[in-house]
Order: sequence, then C-alpha cells, then structure tokens
Amino acid sequence: MNDIIALIFIVVGIAFDLFGSIGLVRMPDVYNRLQASTKCVTLGTCGILFGVFVKFGFSAAGVKALLCILFLLLTAPVSAHALARGAHKSGVKLWEKSVCDKYSDKETS
Amino acid sequence: MKFIRWLSGFIFLAGLIIIIFAFLKVSAPSKLMLFLLFCFLLSLFRVLKGPTAADRSVATDIFGILVIGFCAILAVYTGKDWYMDIAIAWGLQSFIGVLALAKFLEGRHFDE
Repeated sequence: MNDIIALIFIVVGIAFDLFGSIGLVRMPDVYNRLQASTKCVTLGTCGILFGVFVKFGFSAAGVKALLCILFLLLTAPVSAHALARGAHKSGVKLWEKSVCDKYSDKETS
Repeated sequence: MKFIRWLSGFIFLAGLIIIIFAFLKVSAPSKLMLFLLFCFLLSLFRVLKGPTAADRSVATDIFGILVIGFCAILAVYTGKDWYMDIAIAWGLQSFIGVLALAKFLEGRHFDE
C-alpha cells in the first residue's frame, strides 16, 4: 500500500516537472519563462521528495527527504526573485504584448 | 503558421509518451527516469538557444532543481540512502551558484 501511494506521488511530481520544462521552452520572454517553470518544477520536485518520504518512512533517507522539501521551499522563490531582479536591472526587454511594468515605474518616480 | 507549430509540438509530445509507455521494453522505473531525462534535454535546449544571459541562468536554476528529483528517484529504486545526501548537497550548491549569477547579472561585484 505504501509503495502505491509513493508511486502516485512520484508520477504526479514527474508530470509537473515535464509541464514546467515545456513552459521553459515554449514561453516567449525571460519573465514568462521564470514564472512558468520555477513554480511548476518546485512543486513537482517536492512531490517526488514526498513520495520518497512515504516510501522510506521515518528512517534516515525519509527525514532527509523532508529536510530537502523544507530547504527547497525556502530557497527556490528566493533564487527566482533574485534572477528576475537581475534580469530587469541588466536591461532585458519585456515581451511586446506585456501590459504593464510596475518595477520600472517605481524606479523612475 | 502558429497553429501548425502548436500541432507539431503536440504530436511530438503525444508520440513520445505513447512510444515510452507502449513500445519500449524496459522496466517501469526506467520509464519514469526517461521522462525526467527528457526534462533535462528541454532545459539544456534553453541553455543552448537562449537569446540573453538571463535565459541561460534561469535554465541553469531549473536544471539544478531537476537534479534533486532525479537523485530522489534513484534513491527509491536502488535502495541506497546516500543519494539523498547528494540531493541536499546539490541543492545547496545550486542555490549559492544561482545567487552569484543573479549578482553578476545586476552588474555588481560579489562582495557588495
């Protein structure tokens, strides 16, 4: 029973990873790519790690998987925010169909 | 033209999934790992083609997160514990490297 639940979590996580990677290739802009891929891939990898925790239980590897989930949820948004800020400051243009750019408005005023 | 591009991509993905699940004579964990290897290929394609340096940094970040999941799947299907250690260490290194890349994109030095 534990194996089946772990397999379900791992398959859902791999599906999220696949969709995030497709978004990384398909989207037209740096910011769209960041938005599409980072959230999807973070959630998918957390699903895989939770499947590992269900499989191993409270042994050494399972607790390491929980720790890895915590660490990933803390660091992935930070790195994505830093990358978006760096891209905006280095002068990467937005896609031409983007409607508003509040970050540059705040800087000029 | 846009519809043709969309349709060709859809047919490619559906054909890949059908080939992996129906016609390939490997075990079930290897099929899951093949999907993750396809994700690696997509992110490496973005590293290769990306127009600006920010695209390549984003793809590197995604690659580092995917490696954690791959190590976790290896830990399940080989039964060895130390793959989780590799996952944690890779996550730390990837986070610090991406922060350094973001600082470099901003045009500042590393010690500010």
